[in-house]
Order: sequence, then C-alpha cells, then structure tokens
Amino acid sequence: MAKTKKTYTWPHRHVLGLEDLTADDLRHVFATARGFEAVSTRSVKKVPALRGQVVVNLFFEPSTRTKSSFFLAASRLSADVLDFTASMSSEKKGETLVDTARNIEAMGVDVIVVRHGRSGAARQLAEHVGCAVVNAGDGQHEHPTQGLLDIYTIGQRLGLDTCDLTGKTVAIVGDIAHSRVARSNIHGLKKLGAHVICVGPPTLLPGGFEAMGCELSTSLDDVLERVDAINMLRVQFERLTSPAFPSAREYTHLFGLTTERLKRMKNNVLVMHPGPINRGLEIESAVADGPNSTILQQVTNGLAIRMAVLFLVHQAQSAEPAASVR
Amino acid sequence: MPKTTPIADAQRVAELIDQLVEQVAAGVAERGDSPLAIVGIRRRGDVLARRLAERIDHDHTGLVDITLYRDDLSEIGPQPTVRTTEIGFGVDGATIVLVDDVLMTGRSVRAALQTLIDYGRPRCVKLAVLVDRGGRELPIAPDFVALTNAAAPDEHVKVRLTPTDDKDAIVWIKR
Repeated sequence: MAKTKKTYTWPHRHVLGLEDLTADDLRHVFATARGFEAVSTRSVKKVPALRGQVVVNLFFEPSTRTKSSFFLAASRLSADVLDFTASMSSEKKGETLVDTARNIEAMGVDVIVVRHGRSGAARQLAEHVGCAVVNAGDGQHEHPTQGLLDIYTIGQRLGLDTCDLTGKTVAIVGDIAHSRVARSNIHGLKKLGAHVICVGPPTLLPGGFEAMGCELSTSLDDVLERVDAINMLRVQFERLTSPAFPSAREYTHLFGLTTERLKRMKNNVLVMHPGPINRGLEIESAVADGPNSTILQQVTNGLAIRMAVLFLVHQAQSAEPAASVR
Repeated sequence: MPKTTPIADAQRVAELIDQLVEQVAAGVAERGDSPLAIVGIRRRGDVLARRLAERIDHDHTGLVDITLYRDDLSEIGPQPTVRTTEIGFGVDGATIVLVDDVLMTGRSVRAALQTLIDYGRPRCVKLAVLVDRGGRELPIAPDFVALTNAAAPDEHVKVRLTPTDDKDAIVWIKR
C-alpha cells in the first residue's frame, strides 16, 4: 500500500464494543450515519450499498426493537436479512453458540448481528467465524449500537457536528452494575471528552466504574442541576425481586425522573431512555413525552447508526482480501 | 514521482467556466414551467455546481453523494467516506443539470443518476462537465462540456477550484 498522509480508514471488521473504538472511529460512524439519515425520508427508502450481501440476526435473547431496527437498517442497504432466533437453554456453554454460528456462516453469510445473554459471547463468535460480527448486546458487557445512537443523539441535539463533548456532563441513572447500555455509553462518552456521573442505589453501583473515570452518586437530587443530558436506564422487572434492588415505590421516589425533578434541571437538558420505558417507574409520562425527551429521536437515529455500522464492517471486510493481494 | 503538467491556469479556467455557463443557459432555456435544479456530484462537482449556480438563473440546488451507489466499492483502495446527499426539492418534473468536474468512465454519472431517480422522476437530466478526458466504460455522453482533451489511462486529470483549493487550475498528473 502506498503511504497516504492523514487519510482515515475504518479498521474494524467487527463492532463488539465501544471500548475497542477510538474517538476518530466514533466520529467516523457518526459522519457516516449522517449520510444515511436522508435515506429514510426520500421516496425510495433504499440504497444499493449492500446489495447481494446477507445479514443474519442471530438472537439468543428476546428482542423486538433492536432486532427490528437492525432488520430495517439491513433492508435499507438492500441486504438480504435472515432472522435466526435461537434458544439459550439448548446451548451448552458456548460450544453450540460457535457451532450455530458456523452453521449459519456455511450458508454464505456476510454479517452476523448477535445478541446473547452471556458477556463476551460476541467476541467469542468473532474469533471463530470468518464473517463480520456486530454485537447487539452481550450479557452485562456492551450494547455498542445503543451507545452510538445515544451519543449521536446528544451531538445532534446539542448541535455539535464534531461530537466533541468536552465540558458536557451526562448522568446515567439506574441499575449501572448490570447494564450493558451504561457500559457502552460510558466508554463512548469518556472518549469524546464528556464527564459521566453514574447514579443508582449503592448496591447497583460498583466502585469499578470510578476506575473507568466516572463520578459515582447515590443521590439523583444531588446531580440534577449539573447535567446536560440524563440517560434513564430501564428497570428490569426480573431484578425487582433481587435483594439488591429497592422496591418499585422506593426506586421511583429516589431515582424516578419526575416533572418536579425536571424543573430543577437545566432548561434544555436532554432526557434520554433506551426504551421500552416503564411509565411511572423510572420516568414520569409527562417527562417522557415532553419537549426535553429525545426518546423517539433515539429510535430514529438508531436506524441511521445501524446502517452505518453494517456498512462500515462490510467495507472493512471486503477491503481485507484486496489489501493482502497487493 | 508523478509528473504534473498544467493544462489551464486561473484565467483559462475562468474562460472555460464562462463557456459552460453559456452552454447550460442556452441548453435549458426551452424547459417551459419545469423548475431548474443544478446538482453537483460530490466531491469536486459540488464546487463547480456552486460556481455555475451563481451565474445561471435556477430554482434549486442540490448535492449527490454517490458512495452508496458505486459499483466498485470493494475495488477502490482507500475507503470512500459516506457524505450527505442534499436534495431539498421535489425531483418529480424538474429539469436537472448534473454537474461534475471531470468525466472519464461514466460510472460516477451512472451512480448519480440512480441516486436522483430514487428521489423521484425528473422531467429530464442533463450532464455538464468541465473536462471530458475520454476513457468511457459506459454509454454516457455529456450535454455540456467546456474542454475535451483525451488523456492516457495512466494520466490523472485534476481540477482545482476555489474555495476548496487555493486557486483555479487544471493539471494532468502522470503516475
């Protein structure tokens, strides 16, 4: 390869987590997503970029939104999409995850989008298959496209084309310990210069997040005035029975985003939620539907971000053999 | 080292753009009530389109990014970057002048046409280029062209235009 000065090249055949991406990578995804936004608004909502390619949605956990979003994103790139819903209960400790993926790959697949209940499952898959892998959520580890679309939405709403978040403060509220959305957001936000405050009950706020450069707080009321964006994590009902989790009423009292709390925040604060929301639990209806809310914009942006990610991993994948020939 | 031969200086480029403006203005005069849009192909066609739009009476301007429509995505060396396509007007029934700096294989024009057609059905599309350097691989011909100058396959024709570049010029680069 000839030496070219300062031309950025997207290097990743897989997107497994925002931990693996640099600030330049993140900005490149956002710039690419911007180019895809318009596709959804024109009369033919499709571009031929991935024509003839096959994208598989390999989901071991139930998901409607993320799966639909990836499905639509792949369709708008003209790829063929195969939905493969697998059950984790039939799986024996990773062996069958790889077997399943290899079987699918043998059908001639270009990109596997995988969601799995075990942290690290996406990486394990990437190490064992030849096609590109996009992580759609692995256990409590990462949910990179959610992190990307959240940060993209912040940049868009704050009018920051470069997504330089220096001087901006973002709070993430809820069950931080078990949240892959929180982890992906933290990695991305920190790389772009933001200050991140993790807020939650002490039992769900491990000290390890301090090492990731976050401020920890067990009081939502204490941080309200300082934040430019607040990301309200969804309360997972299966955790409500855990002794680490406060009762629903107590949770809402301490960590719910109410109209009263919103009044004490900056006027133009962004209220975010990865969805689906539990109205009246972590967020009050009036707040979720109010002018500060970015919730539906996040969903819309999710499509452009996922188109960008699918396009980029495919681009990196098709560049690889060509580069080795030269 | 690549050898660079200047073909046109700033004054010559100005003359060529004058010619192109004249040709385009005459060529679209008979369009009736169809709105006129001047649309540049990114990345250098958009600069030329802006220069033409300053001097030709028009209804709309636009930009097309053809990255997603290329047929050579996996063949070209450095990855092309996806940029925004900006078509903020109704394409149906419009007369569109598609603008690019250099015409060679015709593949960019094919991709740009497909992009436009995904936005609607224009009354007609015409092609304006500053330089036709030959080397067509598809049956595409310009309607308006300021300079026709055959170049060898290993020669690269580079059009420099302000404000993206510091001055107007056309150069031949032999690799």
